Amino acid sequence: MISLTVNGVPHELDVDPEMPILWALRDVLNLTGTKYGCGQALCGACTVHLDNETVRSCCTPIARARGRAVTTIEGLSPDGNHPLQKAWCDLNVPQCGFCQAGQIMTAAALLAQIPKPSDEEIDRSMAGNLCRCGTYTRIRAAVKRAAGLPEE
Amino acid sequence: MPFSRREFVGGLFISVAAGRVFAGESSKASAPAASQPAQGLKPNLFVHVASDGQVTIACHRSEMGQGVRSTLPVLLADELGADPKRIRIIQGDGDKRYGDQNTDGSSSVRSHYTELRKAAATARELLMAAAAKQLGVSPSKLSAHDDAVWHGSKSIPFAKLADAAAKLPVPKPEAVKLRPESELKHCFQDLPSVDARPIVMGAAQFGADVRLPGMLIAVIARPPVVGGKVRSFDAKAALAVKGVKRVLKMPEPTAPWKFQPWGGVAVLADNTWAAMRGRNALQIDWDPGPNAVYDSEQYAKQLSATVHEPGKVARNTGDAEAALGKAARVVEAEYHVPHLAHVPMEPPVAIARMVDGVCEAWASTQNPQAARTEMARVLGVDEEKTICHVTLLGGAFGRKSKPDFVSEAAWLCREAGVPVRVQFTREDDLRHDFYNAVNTQLLTAALDADGKVSAWRQRTALSPIGSLFTGADQASANDLQQGVTDLPLAIPNVRAETCKAPAYVRVGWLRSVYNIFHAFAAGSFMDELAHARGKDPHENLLELLGPARIVTLQELGIEKLPNYGTPLDEHPIDTGRMRAVIDQAAKMSGFADRKGRALGIAAHRSFLTYVAAVASVVRDSRGKIAVDEVWLAYDAGLVVNTERARSQMEGAVIFGMSHAFYGGATMKNGATEQSNFHDYRLIRMPQAPRRIHVAQVKSGKPPCGIGEPGVPPIAPAIANAIFALTGQRIRELPLVRAGIV
Repeated sequence: MISLTVNGVPHELDVDPEMPILWALRDVLNLTGTKYGCGQALCGACTVHLDNETVRSCCTPIARARGRAVTTIEGLSPDGNHPLQKAWCDLNVPQCGFCQAGQIMTAAALLAQIPKPSDEEIDRSMAGNLCRCGTYTRIRAAVKRAAGLPEE
Repeated sequence: MPFSRREFVGGLFISVAAGRVFAGESSKASAPAASQPAQGLKPNLFVHVASDGQVTIACHRSEMGQGVRSTLPVLLADELGADPKRIRIIQGDGDKRYGDQNTDGSSSVRSHYTELRKAAATARELLMAAAAKQLGVSPSKLSAHDDAVWHGSKSIPFAKLADAAAKLPVPKPEAVKLRPESELKHCFQDLPSVDARPIVMGAAQFGADVRLPGMLIAVIARPPVVGGKVRSFDAKAALAVKGVKRVLKMPEPTAPWKFQPWGGVAVLADNTWAAMRGRNALQIDWDPGPNAVYDSEQYAKQLSATVHEPGKVARNTGDAEAALGKAARVVEAEYHVPHLAHVPMEPPVAIARMVDGVCEAWASTQNPQAARTEMARVLGVDEEKTICHVTLLGGAFGRKSKPDFVSEAAWLCREAGVPVRVQFTREDDLRHDFYNAVNTQLLTAALDADGKVSAWRQRTALSPIGSLFTGADQASANDLQQGVTDLPLAIPNVRAETCKAPAYVRVGWLRSVYNIFHAFAAGSFMDELAHARGKDPHENLLELLGPARIVTLQELGIEKLPNYGTPLDEHPIDTGRMRAVIDQAAKMSGFADRKGRALGIAAHRSFLTYVAAVASVVRDSRGKIAVDEVWLAYDAGLVVNTERARSQMEGAVIFGMSHAFYGGATMKNGATEQSNFHDYRLIRMPQAPRRIHVAQVKSGKPPCGIGEPGVPPIAPAIANAIFALTGQRIRELPLVRAGIV
């Protein structure tokens, strides 16, 4: 049994401790907002917060979440009104949308740590999150908008 | 944040459908389009005006990021007279009654614009006829807007008309009149996204998010080489993995491959991780089959030799050989672009179940009708015994127009007797793709004594998509229209030839397809000619394109042009439109005034749309090439949703950059060498240009393609900018092979 909280809700999971957090979220808890993209921590689609850090949930065993708090896109804000979620909608960032949960979770951790990031800090933080549709320029602008920075 | 009903309902429709299934309430397979209520007016599959006035619009094309769900329903609502903010959007299942649903070829608006408007106008005419009866006036005195029919300032809401209108005879399409475009008040502008909000909340439903009670997840070990077979396998270790329930040998495909499942061995488990581990634990002895001879490095050499010999004539005007023979100077260059992979962020995925002899699938497919055809084929049943629902697609780019993964799920759910989700891993996606054709071209031009280009000869060897269906080993007329036979050139002697290039892997459409390499070669060669002639690249481009005119088949030296399935008189090759986008991109980028900057320019017409791009390159802190800014001008005729068109062009810049920098799937002993994002790299955030500027050139012409045409000019614009910066001419992609990025 692995005790943890997910989006503030306590859970006891009877799973193999080696099971990656991603599959525990998706297949056991039916929280499907976190996506599988590569399984090798290469694309960032599976990014969630473990306490206050971002982790690639596809490569992080559920045992590492024992006694800790996991936050997924479903739990980022109670009503979808996190400044990043609002900025993402305002600027129509998503195309297919598949990578965007991971993008937003990475950006949320960045802004929690550095409320007014520089362009370089944004690029460096977001470098692990792939977007095949190519929404990068809008993601940059949306992160700045959420941070209250000028977008240009 | 308040959000409109349309956003809410539109975005959550699939969740609702899947939620019903997840609750296990539905024991019977749902008939296609059963989610559309029967009451009220429903003259066709696209439009339903319920008795309470609620307008429901079916989006029959797949949403894969191009914004089709935020576009087509608005067009229909506008034609109908409904407020787009109040409509409910449902996603159409695979159903022939919709007409073509294959969401590719950048065709959703351009090929369906009139027919969809007719579907909505039919409903509008019925509502107006019902209103005319009630008011005792002629329908010609009435108008429809804001969910009501109006007679002057007096209005009757659709709710009070729908049931009466449903009793009237449905007019024939040819009798239905469309509104003048000037009355379409909600179109031809930036439209809101119906899916953005559920996406940012993690609530949007993609293929892998559909849940069915009792389902197993299948991960399949497919033959590493196309056409390979399982000699024998040992499932003991796989079955020992906790959670693994079954191991099943898949049926073997036979050539031609078409869209058949690949064969191999499937591991079924109660969770995805167990299925992946079980698959890895399989012991399989493969018979690699005849395609194991394929070595893409060797093959490139073979193609190079091929294009140095004459091929089959594809277009011909004047006498290019004679002009080359008496040229003052001959310029020649060979270009190569390898196989490219689609790598949508969501690997292919589908779930299927059998209910009362009907196979019902939910899939992230671009082509639900082809999925049904394939499901029926593998099951040996009539297509009527299949259903295919379409989820949101986590990217597709042509990969998901091939329904191999849907029929794998169909076959497995029947064999296993439980619902089965087939999940491609990223490795599966890269190794079992329908790659873009590999291509080598030889371009040869004659310059006369005055430095004028007197001849252009283009030889292309591409492994055609036709190989999938007929075993074809060279380009068809349909293939060559993508940048060879349709290329307007104001050059007196032009000859194009196609050379043999047999395929050893599955080849398929990838966003803009053959245009990628034809535009790369022609766009680069134009720049080579500019430098050979000592001309400004922008002016050279315009000169080789020639004056504004409609280009005839005779001028092109061909007998017919498929023209992306569209009559040439509706969508002629119009060099005036091409010149306009070239000039716009040049103007935005300050091309004439570029001293001290390294800019490259290229232009290309594809899917009826004209696009010009200027790229600016610099050296980054490590001395590597970086693209810091891109300007793109496009003319796609009337654009229903200018916002999604802009986003598609922005995305096309990044997509084109990924090909140029890193694109390349290579094969050794017939098997793909790349396996994941570490060795099939894509552009990442730090490499994205600081700015991408997109300008629409408005010609007022009928709608043209949006999703694909932005891609082709990007690689040549970058290559030309690299030449401007470094003097190094790029003739082979990807750039990473040259060590400069």
